[in-house]
Amino acid sequence: MILGRVIGEIHGTIKHEFYANRRLLVIEKTSPSGEATGDYLIAVDSVGAGADEKVLVLDEGNGARQVLDSPDGPVRSVVVGIIDDVVTY
Amino acid sequence: MLLGRVIGTVVPCIVTPGLEGVPMLIVQPLDKNLQPKGKALVAADSTRMAGPGELVSYEGGREAAMALEQTFVPVDHAIIAIVDGVNITAETKR
Repeated sequence: MILGRVIGEIHGTIKHEFYANRRLLVIEKTSPSGEATGDYLIAVDSVGAGADEKVLVLDEGNGARQVLDSPDGPVRSVVVGIIDDVVTY
Repeated sequence: MLLGRVIGTVVPCIVTPGLEGVPMLIVQPLDKNLQPKGKALVAADSTRMAGPGELVSYEGGREAAMALEQTFVPVDHAIIAIVDGVNITAETKR
């Protein structure tokens, strides 16, 4: 899984039916200390994450399909957690 | 999934079985500010409606093939959605 921060959302009417009525969040990948790494990805929201929240993103297809309970959905990235705190040693 | 812009079309005359009739579009990957970043790639269009210059989101790897009707096809990138709007609400913190 990777750490990230929700920086926005994307909308589209013409899309694969799996994505009907699912929120697609723009996630900025961050390092454990919170700085942006420069990369981003678009993930399906499964926990109701809002803008500017630190989130945990699962970035692997099989796990994503398991989380979203769909055996054949074309999905790879899913927001699976909203992070309160990151402690680094 | 990542953002891209459709910059061309590829019309194969001979193609692997299962991919007949699947539109192949040239997509320029974009960064989160919709600026071109990285090399263009060819993506199968699962929506079958993405036109030139349109903003799209595409998926790579196994999930790309799963977006098509026939899911056991050799495809490594597929357009999942035509993006009407991207609203970036939270600015990047330095």
